[in-house]
Amino acid sequence: MNSHPTPSAGAIDAKEAGRRASEAIAASLKGRYAAEKRFRAYGIAAIVFAMLCLATLFVTIIGTGLPAFTQTMIRLEVTLYPQDIDPDGNRDPAVLSRANYRKLIQQSVLDLFPEVTSRRDKRALMALISPGATFDLRREVMDDPSIIGQRVSLLVHASDDADQLEKGHIDADLPESERRLNDKQIGWFERLKERGLVVTRFNTTLFTNGDSRSPELAGIRGALMGSLFTMLVTLALSFPLAVGAALYLEEFAPKNKWTQLIEVNINNLAAVPSIVFGLLGLAVFLNFFGMPRSAPLVGGLVLTLMTLPTIIIASRAALKSVPPSIREAALGVGASKVQTVFHHVLPLALPGMLTGTIIGMAQALGETAPLLMIGMIAFIVDIPGGPLDPATVMPVQIYLWSDLPERAFVERASAAIMVLLGFLVIMNALAVLLRKRFEKKW
Amino acid sequence: MTGMTAEVMTPKEVETAKEAAIAPKFVTKGVDVYYAEKQALTNVSLDIETNQVTSLIGPSGCGKSTYLRCLNRMNDTIDICRVMGDILLDGADIYSREMDVVHLRARVGMVFQKPNPFPKSIYENVCYGPKIHGIAKNKAELDDIVHTSLQKAGLWNEVKDRMHEPGTGLSGGQQQRLCIARAVAVQPDVILMDEPCSALDPIATAKIEELIDELRVNYTIVIVTHSMQQAARVSQRTGFFHLGELVEVGETEQIFTNPKDERTQGYITGRFG
Ligand SMILES: Nc1ncnc2c1ncn2[C@@H]1O[C@H](COP(=O)(O)OP(=O)(O)OP(=O)(O)O)[C@@H](O)[C@H]1O
Ligand SMILES: [Mg+2]
Repeated sequence: MNSHPTPSAGAIDAKEAGRRASEAIAASLKGRYAAEKRFRAYGIAAIVFAMLCLATLFVTIIGTGLPAFTQTMIRLEVTLYPQDIDPDGNRDPAVLSRANYRKLIQQSVLDLFPEVTSRRDKRALMALISPGATFDLRREVMDDPSIIGQRVSLLVHASDDADQLEKGHIDADLPESERRLNDKQIGWFERLKERGLVVTRFNTTLFTNGDSRSPELAGIRGALMGSLFTMLVTLALSFPLAVGAALYLEEFAPKNKWTQLIEVNINNLAAVPSIVFGLLGLAVFLNFFGMPRSAPLVGGLVLTLMTLPTIIIASRAALKSVPPSIREAALGVGASKVQTVFHHVLPLALPGMLTGTIIGMAQALGETAPLLMIGMIAFIVDIPGGPLDPATVMPVQIYLWSDLPERAFVERASAAIMVLLGFLVIMNALAVLLRKRFEKKW
Repeated sequence: MTGMTAEVMTPKEVETAKEAAIAPKFVTKGVDVYYAEKQALTNVSLDIETNQVTSLIGPSGCGKSTYLRCLNRMNDTIDICRVMGDILLDGADIYSREMDVVHLRARVGMVFQKPNPFPKSIYENVCYGPKIHGIAKNKAELDDIVHTSLQKAGLWNEVKDRMHEPGTGLSGGQQQRLCIARAVAVQPDVILMDEPCSALDPIATAKIEELIDELRVNYTIVIVTHSMQQAARVSQRTGFFHLGELVEVGETEQIFTNPKDERTQGYITGRFG
């Protein structure tokens, strides 16, 4: 239609405008790139800072905790005089267990240092040996009474102070009054070493024993088992409850004021400080229902309350992410609502739900405050055998140990942190793996 | 139009179709649909003839999908949706208390706009319906149903060696035919299709159109489409919707060559839509 031989005035204007726009863009480019560079620099700075903090954390924890994985042992030759252990000679276990093994240990140590005679020196010398030696010897004898009368070689724990000395944590240059071992004790220990009686080995005690007043005898087994039972209770309760709640709310409940109210409340619950759940547990489970104190069962119940909102929210998100077309497809071939949900929606949402559950469990595993309220902070030597036995959990154990003055306990606290972190890393890796493994494309 | 249309529309075929259709499959009378306060359909009365392809055309948002979803009560899944009026399947009110919605959907299958196979194997996609309805007594029968359904959907030759690979791994057109096979496997009376070819290329579309023509022998088909050519090619009857009303319904040939209503005329000649 329009067949002007020369470009119209409008076309020239358009060309001019285009040229100006292009110039403006070129001029603004520099600023834009600079902004991008700046933003990038901020990002990198933030990450570097975070990594530095993390590195510091790891270096301190590993630096302090690593020595706790080895333990100094002392080899003793103990003569098991029958008259001391079993004067009647009828191997009655009651008599065997009541015998004075401490005296035998003491005798064997004194045999090594005949020059030690004063009571004070004897006591100082014995401070190099852990009180656990007595129990070790008793166990040996009870296990095999036929060794009575013989001379046995026994590897016993060095006391925590001797252990620290061996690990180089006691500075001999300090004035005597400022260190935990005096000059004499250090001299004796050196002589033990010269005779090849000092052995350093992997600290199995840390993994086989419960808590103890003597650091060299203290282990995390009790706390680990306590954590395990608590987590089992939490998982067994929170997963089905949360998935059920999420399924109902997301798939079945009518969308009205009530469900909205419930939704808001669940979201609020997720933000409630955990200690409040502890108080609730104390009031309801212990005082009202009269459940046992310090029991993993109650701990599990309290942590269930705490993790439920987390898992419900994650599960609902997982359900929401299942495309509605899948539901329509199932309904379209005549599947009932329940069949649609259980055959199609739930399997697709399950990885997301499991991820949420693992993250909730990891949270619960690291939780201390609510458990303090229900008495899981007691000093418990015995290793719990079930969810009703008194127990403590890993983070509480760490809290207890890090509060003690002995360096050996602080070391063990760091070692326990390493173990706990190990578990948390494994759990989170599992969550990531699940997500990757079952990520479905549709 | 093309040769294909001529083939579909031979008077003899129309006659046989009419004979087969003793009574309409669906009778709908005065259907009103509301989404909350908003009225989406007003007083739609339309009969769906047995063993014929009925196509529903009309501009976007006029309520074609809404009407289609009334026929298998898919609208039940939308909380705010209310359906009023009578919808009778073989004379029985599908919105009555006695009508079980699961049973209804087994009799009235649906194929959606976007292919939506389950993220499971091809075999499982097809056998799911028969399985939950207990149609097959044993594995052999189930295998048989899967085989015939895939054959009816014209997919058998392409997937017979990969039955246990995921259905989502097929091409778009194959996925849509898998969805048709899935609907066919339940042995419904009616198959509803909501723009089944809108996500497909012309070749896949041609395949599906061919398929619809074959399926007509055994099934009553209602298809929503935006393509006038498609409606002309595959359907015997056409209904034209506009602003929530059924403007005109009749033999496809008549609608396309000699529409009674001005609006129909305007739409098919492309003046609005
Ligand atoms: N879930 C819903 N909620 C609210 N309104 C809806 C819903 N689905 C459809 N509508 C409305 O109902 C009317 C009819 O929609 P419908 O989907 O039936 O149109 P259509 O003819 O299928 O359109 P198209 O050709 O674009 O698919 C539209 O105005 C739409 O906005
Ligand atoms: Mg539509």
